[in-house]
Amino acid sequence: MKFDTIFIANRGEIACRIASTLRSLGIRSIAPFTPPDADSLHVQTVDLAVPVESYLDGEALIKLALENGAQALHPGYGFLSENATFCQQCAAAGLEFIGPDPQAISKMGDKLVAKEFMADAGLPMVPSWSGDPDKVAEGAERVGFPLLVKAAAGGGGKGMRLVRQPEKLAEAVERAQGEALKAFGDDRIFLERFIENPRHIEVQIFGDKHGNAVCFGERECSLQRRYQKIVEEAPSKVVTPELRARLVEAGVNAVKALRYCGAGTVEFILDQQGEFYFLEVNTRLQVEHPVTELVYGVDLVALQIAVAQGEPLELPESYLNPRGWSIEARIYAEDPDNNFLPSVGTLHTFHPPSGHNLRLDTGFKQGDEVSIHFDPMLAKLISYGRTREEARLNLLAGLKDFAVLGVTTNIPYLIRILSHQTFIEADFDTQFLERNPEHFEPRVDPDERELAAALAGVFGRSNAPRVLSETTTSPTSPWQTLGNWRHN
Amino acid sequence: MPILGTTVQTGSTEFAENRQCMESLVHTLKERKSQAALGGSERSRKKHTDRGKLLVRDRIDLVTDEDTPFLELSELAAHDMYKGACPGAGMVTGIGTISGTECMIVANDATVKGGTYFPMTVKKHLRAQEIAQENRLPCLYLVDSGGAFLPLQADVFPDRDHFGRIFYNQAQMSAQGIPQIACVMGSCTAGGAYVPAMSDETVIVKQQGTIFLGGPPLVKAATGEEVSAEELGGAEVHTRESGVADHYAQDDREALLICRDIVANLNRTFRQPMALKTPVDPLYSQDELYGIIPKDTRKPYDIREVIARLVDGSEFQEFKANYGTTLVTGFAHLYGMPVGIIANNGVLFSESAMKAAHFIELCCQRGTPLLFLQNITGFMVGRQYESEGIAKHGAKMVMAVANANVPKITLIVGGSFGAGNYGMCGRAYSPRFLFTWPNSRISVMGGEQAAGVLVTVEEDKRKRAGDPPLSEEERSAITSPIIDKYETEGSPYYSTARLWDDGVIDPAQSRQVLGLALSSTLNAPFEAPKFGVFRM
Repeated sequence: MKFDTIFIANRGEIACRIASTLRSLGIRSIAPFTPPDADSLHVQTVDLAVPVESYLDGEALIKLALENGAQALHPGYGFLSENATFCQQCAAAGLEFIGPDPQAISKMGDKLVAKEFMADAGLPMVPSWSGDPDKVAEGAERVGFPLLVKAAAGGGGKGMRLVRQPEKLAEAVERAQGEALKAFGDDRIFLERFIENPRHIEVQIFGDKHGNAVCFGERECSLQRRYQKIVEEAPSKVVTPELRARLVEAGVNAVKALRYCGAGTVEFILDQQGEFYFLEVNTRLQVEHPVTELVYGVDLVALQIAVAQGEPLELPESYLNPRGWSIEARIYAEDPDNNFLPSVGTLHTFHPPSGHNLRLDTGFKQGDEVSIHFDPMLAKLISYGRTREEARLNLLAGLKDFAVLGVTTNIPYLIRILSHQTFIEADFDTQFLERNPEHFEPRVDPDERELAAALAGVFGRSNAPRVLSETTTSPTSPWQTLGNWRHN
Repeated sequence: MPILGTTVQTGSTEFAENRQCMESLVHTLKERKSQAALGGSERSRKKHTDRGKLLVRDRIDLVTDEDTPFLELSELAAHDMYKGACPGAGMVTGIGTISGTECMIVANDATVKGGTYFPMTVKKHLRAQEIAQENRLPCLYLVDSGGAFLPLQADVFPDRDHFGRIFYNQAQMSAQGIPQIACVMGSCTAGGAYVPAMSDETVIVKQQGTIFLGGPPLVKAATGEEVSAEELGGAEVHTRESGVADHYAQDDREALLICRDIVANLNRTFRQPMALKTPVDPLYSQDELYGIIPKDTRKPYDIREVIARLVDGSEFQEFKANYGTTLVTGFAHLYGMPVGIIANNGVLFSESAMKAAHFIELCCQRGTPLLFLQNITGFMVGRQYESEGIAKHGAKMVMAVANANVPKITLIVGGSFGAGNYGMCGRAYSPRFLFTWPNSRISVMGGEQAAGVLVTVEEDKRKRAGDPPLSEEERSAITSPIIDKYETEGSPYYSTARLWDDGVIDPAQSRQVLGLALSSTLNAPFEAPKFGVFRM
């Protein structure tokens, strides 16, 4: 069936991203919004925006989708995108959920189940152990040190503990269980060999309703801080065509074993010897999907919709060879010079760069409020180049031209990363940023300081009181801050 | 910056009793205000809206910026006067922002006696203009008035500060570059016709607004010509033929939108430059003021407890803390704006008066606005004090207050008696704004003291005449009417009804009121300090 209306159960940049594909396909887009989002970019981007109390209220979202004539629902990422119950509710309501079936979601949502399943499917596994918590010591011996204690229901690094020596094991297990219980309401844990200096490599998988399986080549996502990706690229400098073929084969196997339908990502860790191990499957579109799109010349959202409409996946072999290089930088409202504390405020200036080798995915526009309520990611800036170096320089130039005032951003930090010799040589692993924080501390260039002083001299008097010259009252005046105040 | 501490025990019985007392005072205040805010009778309001006209407060809500404050002034003008015929003096005045610009709005309430001008209506209109002129606030007149209330013409028409002064003020302000805008939403007859005619720019509403020097009845009487009000002075006539009005509006709403656009094009830029800080709330809740102000007005308390609940971050840099301690002076910020505070903490002595004069000079030199917190029984009396020259020291304070070039705002938080009222910037000293709390009292002296003085005078007279001294009965025949009279006339409602202040306010809203008022004063440039002769 062909969809004429699709409900995007999301907000922010991903809602805008999806809406843009829908528009090009001539499909009407609908998205929900909560009161603080009433003026946000995604509301302006979609064809119809409908108010909701919460982005997590699945029943309300389904009702709104149906009421407004949607045949399908795109969950984006986050929120309800990996919620099997919601996926089932969609199906029960006769609304096509653009994503895999609920079984695949729930199987892959449980890390332990996922590992077992993929081990059976023949994917390479990091030596690991799970079982009776009382026998954890035996398990540890089998896995070997150093090892990680991880929460079965976890993600985002919560409930994770690194243990290098056997005598530290018991305490680590106990603390991991406590954290896991607090974070996920589930204290089951498992052990896993800790791979020293690994890289994070993932492949984009796709399946259709006819049993076809496709896997695009890798994304390199090793540059992380506290298990959050910051800079991603495709392809990876260290993946040879031979290794890529093996990765793709593993991805295809995963799709087939799961009878997977739609877009997903299989994440691997790659050790220094070039061996890779299965990490997890994300049953949704990834934040970093644009880098794959740029080097494979594909619109993954359009492909998701085609598959959901029941069309067969028929991609020519040549399609699956990467062309050129793409790098994505995630721009966050946070202060890298102050412990990466989130920064909130009004985007007084939000002036993204332009350039034909740059792509911007964002849910923000000038004048918007950045609040603590949602993800602090302001934008993704994605560059393209014929070579990695070209893509790097394009991204660097773009970041330097990205003007954001009103909140502190990590742009200077990203610039420092992209200018670093280690990045230039692509000789990094997942621990690199945290192991070498001093490399990325702000450096004050004496010339820049002089320039800043000169500018201050030209445009303002440094210690002079602020002079108000607008016609309106100052932004801090009670006329601006008291709201609809009256004598009571 | 030092932060004020507090010793208030919010759990104490005293606090609870004080709070109960203030709550009941505020309850009365709110009741009276909401009664006055209704305007005319239900019938006359219905008649008004049935004609397609908006009620006066709805007009103000529409013309001011959405979701912004409106600082209404003198809401209880004419309270208990004219046998209750003129709630709010038949007019709403106040400051609001229109297209981001602080403006004075003067709006007739046609549901009250057709919006005619009672003596207090004139006074309220003139006071609003005075505030606008001193603070250089553009004026918007929402006109809907039948002109002077004819039965009281002698108290409305002839004198200097009567009806004609309205147009004089318009002419003066226009000359000073303070925009005068009229929106004719009802009748403007005879003298009233000059409000739109004297304005810089005028809007008129179709079928509602009329402007003429003589209405149809007068025309018929004088010339025999029969003509309808619309033909004589409606929107068509005045925007197409006479040019008395400039903008034609289909209805009230459109007229108010046009007013917003007019203000948006005023091209006003001036604000007094000052070192602003980021506003922060006080550390302690304003609501606690209810329990802090003693129910017995004569009981002393530390005025710093009040300051701590008004100013940003409860930060207060006290000046001369150890000298003349019955007066507290110091620097603080109100919504980020610097302010110098002068607050009574007991009777005024020579030292306190000299300290006040010194502090006022400081504020004038620095361009820091002044806030007076009045709770004053007066200057100290007695031989010792007269001989040390308390009169000349008090005069220094009065000299400084009278000539201070920075905006002055006065809040009466308790008693306001005698020369203390002068020194602490009472009405006669032209504070830009003067507000009172519902517990306040204003008179030349306390009722009992006044009665005591009169008894002494009478007894002296008798002694000279050789008459017997006053009996207890005769004594009380003199004192009780005096005490009663002072009790009535010293009430803040008696004051506010007669426009001796700009409004009685809820203590728990003082910070907002003062902040809005202070911001409004920054539209006028501060002049250079200049004082007269300080008697040394």
